[in-house]
Amino acid sequence: MLHTVNKSPFASPTLTQCVGHLTDGAAVLLIEDAVVGATEGTASGALLAKCLKTHPVYVLRPDLMARGIGEGRLVKGVQCVDYAGFVTLVTEHDAVQSWL
Amino acid sequence: MSAEDGDTPGVIKRFLFVNRKAPYGTIYALEALEVVLISAAFDQDVSLAFLDDGVYQVLAGNDPSGIGMKNFSPTYRALDDYDITKLYVERESLQERGLPEDGFVVPVSVVSRAEMAAIMSQQDVVLSF
Repeated sequence: MLHTVNKSPFASPTLTQCVGHLTDGAAVLLIEDAVVGATEGTASGALLAKCLKTHPVYVLRPDLMARGIGEGRLVKGVQCVDYAGFVTLVTEHDAVQSWL
Repeated sequence: MSAEDGDTPGVIKRFLFVNRKAPYGTIYALEALEVVLISAAFDQDVSLAFLDDGVYQVLAGNDPSGIGMKNFSPTYRALDDYDITKLYVERESLQERGLPEDGFVVPVSVVSRAEMAAIMSQQDVVLSF
């Protein structure tokens, strides 16, 4: 399962709720406002660092760039993908769940 | 859908409708219910999940008359007529909101967060509202 999150963790508990429902083989992709949560030194960054021990975490680069967040500020282990990478992730997982 | 589209006619897929928002503040809950009823016409394996604020959707006794909205709670009782009987409510979501594990508008299965995650991972299609 590929889980997508599109809300900032500073405004919504969606990321925490998503991470609480991950099973083996699941991956997390942060898109839209959710990308702000992938930065190091934040509460959500700590959550993601823990999550990364068992599940891959991706962030959509165009959304990062749009918000002025350099890749160097990301939590170590978070992988950046572009739109083509987004599509690849969708094809690599049996289903997609959007945490709206 | 035609065979040319790559889908074999008659294949039954597992559909999960995920409900995570309280009713009446937004249109999500009602829209989900509408789509679920439409899906019933296609003879698919349909389940409904209620978690986070979505648990408020299936509480008995919702009365939105004071805010000028139509009460759609009775519509959940129609699901059984369409053989949609797999309704799952997450225990932790109830506990976080101080809600008991009974008093729902229709029969539901109360499951743990881990069980809910497993249910989600077993689906072919997950539609979120």
